[in-house]
Amino acid sequence: MHALANPARFLRIARPATGWLLAVGLVLAIAGLAGGLTLTPPDYLQGETVRIMYIHVPAAWLGMAGWAGIAAASLSQLVWRHPLAAVAGRSIAPCGATFTAICLVTGSIWGRPTWGTWWEWDGRLTSMLILLFLYLGYIALAAAEKERSGEGRITAIFGLVGAINLPIIHYSVLWWRTLHQGQSISFSGSTIAPSILWPLPLTFFGFSFLFAAAVLMRMRAEIARAKLEARLRRSAAE
Amino acid sequence: MNPWPFVIAAYAIALLATAALLLASFVSMRSAEAAAEKLRDRT
Repeated sequence: MHALANPARFLRIARPATGWLLAVGLVLAIAGLAGGLTLTPPDYLQGETVRIMYIHVPAAWLGMAGWAGIAAASLSQLVWRHPLAAVAGRSIAPCGATFTAICLVTGSIWGRPTWGTWWEWDGRLTSMLILLFLYLGYIALAAAEKERSGEGRITAIFGLVGAINLPIIHYSVLWWRTLHQGQSISFSGSTIAPSILWPLPLTFFGFSFLFAAAVLMRMRAEIARAKLEARLRRSAAE
Repeated sequence: MNPWPFVIAAYAIALLATAALLLASFVSMRSAEAAAEKLRDRT
């Protein structure tokens, strides 16, 4: 991570990586979604609505992973003052917010035919909604600090403090056993039948690569804008 | 209750939102890099 803090070195890696991540991500996501829609059998309990899992689970993971990325970038910014850390945090935030919103909306759509309700103030649902609000707050704070030419320290502190919500989301299904089902997949195995499970890793990695590609594109845009501003300032001073 | 409208709606929203995110990121990157390139060529 320290090696990537150099913008020139970062761009040398990010330029080819963007295209590869986009291409591989698209192939995996399309294969997983097509397989999940047409090849897997309906669940014995949930029926056809189980297919929503192939987008809902990766979206939930990316919403949480996005904030973990923001927290790591915030830590790098505050401790090591990495020049790209604030750029990374600002680039991750809209991507994480998008996938958190996708998670909430697809979960709600799944809940209507399965639970009989669009929304319930359940621990998991509420903590995910708080994550979306944290993202929106982070985006607004980062934009305000950038406009005032600040270093982004307040945004970084907000990014670190907001990470407290991640274990709350993760353990919410154990602490408050209400409507959302418990963990189905863990490092020790899965309770989902293999005939239904197989497209999930494809969409999981597919959407993860697309997320990474979007973050890299946003970081490249920020670096290019910073270069442009520096050149304009230099030419105005000459 | 027919589940397919729910499945299709969930997929459509997820795909549209992902496509919009990727497109917005791509356009932002292309325009910023093109503007930086243009200024470098001029100076």
